[in-house]
Amino acid sequence: MSRIAARFKALADQGRGALIPYLEAYDPDRETSLALLKAMPAAGADLIEIGMPFSDPSADGPVIQAAAIRGLKAGATLVGVLDMVSAFREDDATTPVILMGYVNPVESYGYERFCTDAAAAGVDGLILVDLPPEEAEVLEGPAAKAGLDIIRLVAPTTTAERLGYVLSHASGFVYYVSITGITGTRSASAQDLRAALPRLRAVTDLPIAIGFGVRTPEQAAEAATIGDAAVVASALLATLAETLDDQGRASEHTLPRVLSQIEDLAKAVRATARTPA
Amino acid sequence: MRPQQGMIPWGPNTTAGGRAGTQGGEGAVELVMVNPTEQAAIPRGGNSLQSQPDGKGHFGGVHGGRFVAETLMPLILELEAAYAKAKADPAFQAELAYYLKDYVGRPSPLWFARRMTEKLGGAKIYLKREELNHTGSHKLNNVMGQILLARRMGRTRIVAETGAGQHGVATATVCALFGLKCVIYMGATDVERQKPNVFRMRLLGAEVVPVTSGAGTLKDAMNDAMRDWVANVADTYMLIGTVAGPHPYPAMVRDFQSVIGEETKAQMQAAEGRLPDVVVAAIGGGSNAMGIFYPFLDDSSVRLIGVEAAGHGLDSGKTAASIERGRPGVLHGNRTYLLQNADGQIEEAHSISAGLDYPGVGPEHSWLHDIGRAEYVGITDGEALEAFTFCTEMEGIIPALESAHAIAHTVKIAPTLPKDALIAVSLSGRGDKDIFTVAEHLGVTL
Ligand SMILES: Cc1ncc(COP(=O)(O)O)c(C=O)c1O
Repeated sequence: MSRIAARFKALADQGRGALIPYLEAYDPDRETSLALLKAMPAAGADLIEIGMPFSDPSADGPVIQAAAIRGLKAGATLVGVLDMVSAFREDDATTPVILMGYVNPVESYGYERFCTDAAAAGVDGLILVDLPPEEAEVLEGPAAKAGLDIIRLVAPTTTAERLGYVLSHASGFVYYVSITGITGTRSASAQDLRAALPRLRAVTDLPIAIGFGVRTPEQAAEAATIGDAAVVASALLATLAETLDDQGRASEHTLPRVLSQIEDLAKAVRATARTPA
Repeated sequence: MRPQQGMIPWGPNTTAGGRAGTQGGEGAVELVMVNPTEQAAIPRGGNSLQSQPDGKGHFGGVHGGRFVAETLMPLILELEAAYAKAKADPAFQAELAYYLKDYVGRPSPLWFARRMTEKLGGAKIYLKREELNHTGSHKLNNVMGQILLARRMGRTRIVAETGAGQHGVATATVCALFGLKCVIYMGATDVERQKPNVFRMRLLGAEVVPVTSGAGTLKDAMNDAMRDWVANVADTYMLIGTVAGPHPYPAMVRDFQSVIGEETKAQMQAAEGRLPDVVVAAIGGGSNAMGIFYPFLDDSSVRLIGVEAAGHGLDSGKTAASIERGRPGVLHGNRTYLLQNADGQIEEAHSISAGLDYPGVGPEHSWLHDIGRAEYVGITDGEALEAFTFCTEMEGIIPALESAHAIAHTVKIAPTLPKDALIAVSLSGRGDKDIFTVAEHLGVTL
């Protein structure tokens, strides 16, 4: 069983949903982001999403854009991102790691080589925001061969006819983009989510993570109960940005503040029991 | 790398494109796949170069495509269906023809540039006068088509990106004409260097949003326009100004701009009784070039030359020559030649001309380059400035700095061609917007 499947199964057995915090690689520097990555499981991360910085993140709002720029300034490359994952795997063999980013750096690296190297580094799944299933042939073969899941996004705009097609290309889990918009701008209500999820459950047995606009512990708990997991990105990156000094460097507050926010999110997620699917 | 290679006899470039394969590394090698069933679905005859893209929006099976987030995917599929329906609808075509004639002012003349021709002492030079269109450039041809489509689709809010501001002005103009809400994203750098156009857009009732991410130029404006569209899908139409973006934009914008080439063909027939030998156009995203090239694609005697902005020089590191100095990659919804570093991060382009200052190029040009059907060359900032002055003094026509790139290359090749050779140059826009930039470079304070 893959790390992703094993983790979701274990959590389902415990009767709770998952918390998936996000960090941008090399934000604001390699050491800080690696330290954050390594400390995340103890703070309550069930799975971890790592953003691969890209110069033109056209689906992201200002907070993730700024994090990507900081990461690139600090020298982030795909080689460097994979190296961070290898370092993380030295002490953690079970927490699933998902890389999220845009297609061009991966195409430039080479799909086959990237999938092989990512799997060797200990990556479990990939989300390439601008690679819809229509264009995914280039990635699907190499990913399957390397044993990597391709996590598919589903949006409120995804039509009923399209849903089956998109999900037939999904593995690992499904990422429900809960709002029509870019990251970190608005939030969906619990009511919206309750209305949206049955549509997905009818078509897939994969776990469903909810993201884009999940910010507070209450929202995370809701998303992880209505869905199977809550992804929190912009809210954490905004906190990280607040702790940087006026040169944009990490301060002594950076790690403690981001980690305590993850602890608060995890507490709320863990306190909420789910009705089994 | 290129499935069509060998079938196509044109041009000196059939092997030059091989550079892309070697630079592109492993990623590029995997792009070769051509799905035979998709190729078979091509609407026109399989041998016609006018039959691209395939059903997935791929040109030559490699370039183009639909690389957008899932939130936008259903919208571009809807757009594709709506455009296919409109294209086949005589009522839509009649409506477009009406606005092109009485509002845009088409057809635009094909002007024999006698003094330029005599001065250069070679081929006869004809200028396709797109600068005479309403709003001063070819941009309105495409905008007119798309605004009629947006109205058919029931959209009430229009967002667009702009570089030089010509596309923004054209978009703001039709939004005023039809009473639609208009939001224009423009890089902060471009807002600064194209002030007259910013003021025009505001007069026309558009909201102009300066974009400060990245270097504050066209690529960043495109990112923010896409972000706006994702966030406002219910009422908003994204009106892309060039032959780039996800399918169906490259093909749709090309179709709307093809009126340039169709008229040129007929006008050259009327003036000279034959086709031109060479067609020259400047390339930013490539819409005026694709518009004038497309009707000639199957006329193998016609040399097609796209002029990219070399900026400070092709090898200066400060250039916008995506085909000549880039390699294939994915940006803004399509795969095409891009200026990018070894890690696949997109680089900033540089050109004196805001309309050419883009690190990508329309995917159909990338394909025409790969198969060698069109040639792509570079013209520096300095050469464009000289051509700007030359055209103004010789013909009494102040060209846009974008168009001055096409003129500069014409100045280079005309003397090398026989006197009975015919060159058609796309004079894509007028230069009034550029007088401040030019004055600065000439050391004049206005
Ligand atoms: C007058 C003029 N010509 C050319 C261009 C370049 O665009 P394209 O390559 O799409 O024709 C622009 C873009 O702003 C323009 O304003």
